[in-house]
Amino acid sequence: MSTMQNSAMEAEFEAMTTTIRPKPARDYSDNIFKGLTWLFATGLALLFISILYVLWQESQPAVHKFGFGFLTSTDWNPVTEKFGAMIAIVGTLVSTLIAMLIAIPLSIGIALYLSEIAPHWLRTPVGTAIELLAAIPSIVYGMWGLFVVAPLMSEHVQPWLQNHFGFLPFFSGPSMGIGMLTAGLVLALMIIPFISSVTRDIFLMTPQPLKEAAYGLGCTTWEVVRDVVIPYGKKGVVGAVFLGLGRALGETMAVTFVIGNAYHLSWSLFAPGNSIASTLANEFTEADGDVYLASLIELGLVLFVITFIILGAAQLWLRAGNRQKGG
Amino acid sequence: MASNRQRRIAINSIVMVASTAAAMLGIIMLAWILIDVAIKGLAAINWSFFTELPSPPGMEGGGLGNAILGTFIMTAAAALMAIPAGVLAGTYLAEFGKTHPFANIVRSLSDILVSAPSIVIGVFIYLVIVKTMGNFSGFAGAAALAIIMLPVVVRTTEEMLRLVPNEMREAALALGSPYWRMMLSVIFRAAKAGMITGIMLAIARVAGETAPLLFTALNSPYWSHSLNEPMANLTVTLFNYAMSPYDDWHTLAWGAAFLITISVLVVTIIMRYVVRTRRTQ
Repeated sequence: MSTMQNSAMEAEFEAMTTTIRPKPARDYSDNIFKGLTWLFATGLALLFISILYVLWQESQPAVHKFGFGFLTSTDWNPVTEKFGAMIAIVGTLVSTLIAMLIAIPLSIGIALYLSEIAPHWLRTPVGTAIELLAAIPSIVYGMWGLFVVAPLMSEHVQPWLQNHFGFLPFFSGPSMGIGMLTAGLVLALMIIPFISSVTRDIFLMTPQPLKEAAYGLGCTTWEVVRDVVIPYGKKGVVGAVFLGLGRALGETMAVTFVIGNAYHLSWSLFAPGNSIASTLANEFTEADGDVYLASLIELGLVLFVITFIILGAAQLWLRAGNRQKGG
Repeated sequence: MASNRQRRIAINSIVMVASTAAAMLGIIMLAWILIDVAIKGLAAINWSFFTELPSPPGMEGGGLGNAILGTFIMTAAAALMAIPAGVLAGTYLAEFGKTHPFANIVRSLSDILVSAPSIVIGVFIYLVIVKTMGNFSGFAGAAALAIIMLPVVVRTTEEMLRLVPNEMREAALALGSPYWRMMLSVIFRAAKAGMITGIMLAIARVAGETAPLLFTALNSPYWSHSLNEPMANLTVTLFNYAMSPYDDWHTLAWGAAFLITISVLVVTIIMRYVVRTRRTQ
């Protein structure tokens, strides 16, 4: 009832003011400006949709020929035109998993150091140095991985692992330097700055009184972190990990240099393999034949969809976290 | 009781030492990469590195002049495409869209696009531009780089515009200024420093990109005269040279790596410094 009354009054007021106000010359410039900004915002959304659409459209020859079997087949043979994504998908997931296993604990350690342990005058320079790791182009990581890390792996690290843990299938086979393990290591180095800087910012958001209360009860620094800082920022830390995960999955150049580019599945992490991105980088320009090219495009689509799902999930997760905190 | 306390202190010390070690490890890795790249790269840097065309393996001399120029041209062309588009889209999100569902969707898509695998962007541009035009081209390379820059520019613009206090908008509008006039002469000016910083960081990032250029700009052993032909660039040259079996090409590749790394790092450090001094003022 009252809303009806209000709207009636508003309409009356509107009528009054419009009759009183002298009619200004019509100025469309603001509509044009707003329309222009809207157009480019819409363009961004259309760009995203057209990426998905074009990749889907152009991968049709492979989709028709292989169907869902494409995702599970381990074939990759340009001569017989039999293609499957399994090896590249497994390679992407395994190298990313290795990278995450190394990067998550190290990043949390770094964030801890930067937010709780380091003396204040050291925090900015050390934090900047870690973040600069993210500024180094991925191809430089790749080259450095190939010429510096790979020889080190084959001569020292892999023989040592084999001597001590050789009974595990992961650490068997010849030490060639390049392969899954090296790719995972280089990837870990590349995503550490992303995860650690976000995690540090989240740790720093813990309210000081909460921490002081815990210290006042006699907690050690670690206990404050374990029972106050980490639970408080848990959502954000998971979001940061997801962001790092998205980066690692799509990383191309660093992986292409050191993963070895071989098409076979092996339990050994010393064995060379392939990731989706490295397959594309190596073969896209050489692909002759529609099915070959379409298969590569479908690989690209699979990668895009995987990152889309993971980053989308991370965003939903973070947004849900914000709402919870806000309410 | 005492032993319990000792145990807690011991665990605490272990964690503190471990996380300090993690931070030190990060710094050591940064130093290791930079020192390796500097030592091996500086050996390749001389005058002809910047001015000459690459020479065949085994031949004396030769440089990457064409690749340096090509990277420069494509990065600049990408910036010319991405910055106006990104600033306008970012303006929509900050000024008009705000919390409208459509704006939220654009924001999410743009965030996903920031982390989208750059090689997939390369595939997309190959299909849309290279395949339809019939040849690899510097323009295609620039377009791929522009798509990678775009979402970064959008989000930076939005964030920086939001930092401008609403009172400034109200003051300008109260003086009778139309909205676009207020944006141009007041709000963009107020947000200028932050936007330029973000955009420079985005440019630095795409200057080091390789994957989107592999099958768009391709590469070329010659000087580029047109954006409509394959264009030499530092990163793909680095990739090809580093993967080749020739030692003198490896040296040139290290030189390229040094040049790219140092340029990106210098821009990044300067921009960070600018941000920090502004914040403390």
